[in-house]
Amino acid sequence: MLSMAKVPLEQDIQSLKPKKFLMWLFIITSCMLFAALTSAYIVYTGGNPTRGIKVHLPIAFLYSSGLIIVSSLTMHYAFKAAKELQLAKQRLFLGLTILLGFAFFASQWIAWTVLFESGAPFVNSNASESFIYVFSAFHIVHIFAGIGMMAYTYIKQNKGIPHYKNMFNMELTSLFWHFLDILWIYLYVFLLLNQ
Amino acid sequence: MSSTAINHTLEHSGHAHDDHAHHQSFLTKYIFSTDHKMIAKQFLITGIIMAVIGMFLSILFRIQLGWPDQNFPILETFLGRWAEGGRIKPDFYLSLVTIHGTIMVFFVLTAGLSGTFSNLLIPLQIGARDMASPLVNMLSYWFFLTACVIMMGSFFTETGPASAGWTIYPPLSALPKAISGSGIGMTLWLISMVFFIASSLMGALNYISTILNMRTKGMDLWKMPLTIWALFLTAILGTLSFPVLVAGVVLLIFDRSFGTSFYLSDLVVQGQILPQQGGSPILFQHLFWFLGHPEVYIVIMPALGITSEVISTNSRKPIFGYHAMVYSLIGITVLSFIVWGHHMFVTGMSPFLGGVFMITTLIIAVPSAVKTFNYLATLWRGNIRFTPAMLFAIGLVSFFISGGLTGIFLGNAALDINLHDTYFVVAHFHLVMGSAAICGMLSGVYHWFPKMFGRMMDEKLGYLHFWFTFIGAYLVFFPMHFMGLDGVPRRYYAFTEFEFMKEWLTVNTFISWAAIVSALGQVAFLWNFFHSIFYGKKAPQNPWNSNTLEWTTPVEHIHGNWPGEIPTVYRWPYDYSKPGSPVDFIPQTIPFSETMSSNFSHDFEGNPEAERIQLEWQKNDEAERLAEDKV
Repeated sequence: MLSMAKVPLEQDIQSLKPKKFLMWLFIITSCMLFAALTSAYIVYTGGNPTRGIKVHLPIAFLYSSGLIIVSSLTMHYAFKAAKELQLAKQRLFLGLTILLGFAFFASQWIAWTVLFESGAPFVNSNASESFIYVFSAFHIVHIFAGIGMMAYTYIKQNKGIPHYKNMFNMELTSLFWHFLDILWIYLYVFLLLNQ
Repeated sequence: MSSTAINHTLEHSGHAHDDHAHHQSFLTKYIFSTDHKMIAKQFLITGIIMAVIGMFLSILFRIQLGWPDQNFPILETFLGRWAEGGRIKPDFYLSLVTIHGTIMVFFVLTAGLSGTFSNLLIPLQIGARDMASPLVNMLSYWFFLTACVIMMGSFFTETGPASAGWTIYPPLSALPKAISGSGIGMTLWLISMVFFIASSLMGALNYISTILNMRTKGMDLWKMPLTIWALFLTAILGTLSFPVLVAGVVLLIFDRSFGTSFYLSDLVVQGQILPQQGGSPILFQHLFWFLGHPEVYIVIMPALGITSEVISTNSRKPIFGYHAMVYSLIGITVLSFIVWGHHMFVTGMSPFLGGVFMITTLIIAVPSAVKTFNYLATLWRGNIRFTPAMLFAIGLVSFFISGGLTGIFLGNAALDINLHDTYFVVAHFHLVMGSAAICGMLSGVYHWFPKMFGRMMDEKLGYLHFWFTFIGAYLVFFPMHFMGLDGVPRRYYAFTEFEFMKEWLTVNTFISWAAIVSALGQVAFLWNFFHSIFYGKKAPQNPWNSNTLEWTTPVEHIHGNWPGEIPTVYRWPYDYSKPGSPVDFIPQTIPFSETMSSNFSHDFEGNPEAERIQLEWQKNDEAERLAEDKV
């Protein structure tokens, strides 16, 4: 890291592009992970009448969807603010997005308890219902990673790093966060269709 | 476009890097290094150590198979309880084969092979200063090492290492009560594998991003050496298949530790009915083999890439069918994702589905055969130099053919009913992905050792090593075909209990001797490798008269690879023995303007101006020669 200071600025900016590409590739691996999980669900359930989701999905999942869509909007505003060099506004919207991220986690937690109480626990002889927990838990792990990235971007920006670095952090964070939004919508729709 | 833009800016960095290269401490240079060349060496040496361990384990179980009725008190001295009375216990025997498979497939032939040569060759052969993210690259190695340490740590637990086979099928792997190895040993196996997958993914993402974004000026995709193509497609395979293993493994962890029943159903262990109901063990096999089959191509494709490069260089001929080689690699990559069912023909799969998987499997024979014939055509009438690297490359071709042919047998759903889980399968994959891939890896080590360590390996020891390995591998694995055809099942602890298998005991003894002798042959390599690092002959800059970019870097490693500007690339990497050229190799960095006598019109396709200049030069040249003749 020490050597970074000596390297010409222009080169430093250029080296960010392959790094940003890494995020796209990571998103592809994530897609494969969830494709595997949802395919596993389909293979497992596979037309067997004793399997499948036998309960109504908790309404909290709907709230989760609302929360994460709103958080994508606030993330977009944070990104726009960063682009227009409105740093205080960027921090405000980033902070909001972080809060919405935690609210999303809370709503998922509520959904899990509701599911448990309505007779679809995680430890279940009908593993189709266990899959609901697996999907949302894997997604939540990603959400925490996203919250970590946002916190990092927030703290770094607060310390006054150069604009291009701030923008790089923002680009990666917002890319990842919007992906998580779309990912959850996919999972929710998948569950609704298999209800 | 992007690659050229980056290079303009990176050009400055050579000197900037030189300035602080001297300030590196031991810790930053050798341990927490972010330099791709050092990370490559770390991967290689760790891979070699793991290979030695894996080989040692195989000798242990070969002793059991070769001499099932004999006691070896020395085994008890080393293994204690696991070999009471000098005989390996059945449970430990299963642990040995499991860990042998895991080490060889993942730690040696995935991390040791891809990790080493992707790290070494990608930046050097495409003309980049380092990887897209050197930090992630360093983490990739450290995750790998952690995985190795955890896996080896399972030997020091009371219940022993995992023993459900490298494919860890549930329910055997899911129930600690089922076998002692499914206790803490299996837990460690799973943790180790999570680290390993993280390491592989970090590596693969870096390789793809580097190849796509950081090529030097002029290095378009169709000028890349076949090694880079192979490593690139290998990384894509890893990126797409390893996440699926994560899904499979995590569900297994839930079944083991939380009592879910994704894979478990209707089980009675030691008279007790287990609570798990409704699971599907076949689901695990689907998830596992969706990774597992691409995995065998992750193992063989880098070896094929290395072989292309070594065979072309040492035949002093351009690789035959460069484009066909690339397209067949792409074909293998795509097909490898739709053949996993051929591992599951006998799971009660619908015969129609089995037929589909059979057809896709047999189609893979086409790109594989294209590659084989192209290797042979490259060798055909070449000016062959039998360096140790070249011998191992030819060895790969031999193993790839003899092991590949039996793949056609096993790919047939009907034949597989007989051959499944017999020694025929063991023979098949040890030849086609075991021996072939290890030959590719060793070929790469001999070929690029001068680049890695700045010294040469001893040739005579190399030849000795090759013949021990080549003949040894055939003596070990070829007889197994016949055992398999006779119905001898794999993974059995001893064959003395079954009447029809008794006659194979002498063959087993023979195989064990062959294995021991060829393992001893590896000492020649180990001595050669480690001795040459310190005392080998100093290497010249381009010892094999090779065309690719890595040989334009100085012998002494510097951070950033090239002292000044990164060279520009003008031509493909296989201009060996080009007609009209006074020398038998033209490196990629030589522009066509310097080789007027050997240019062809197809070198300038789509560039009429260049074609015109070339034609004019040829006319003048002819006129000059006529004038000389007259004089």
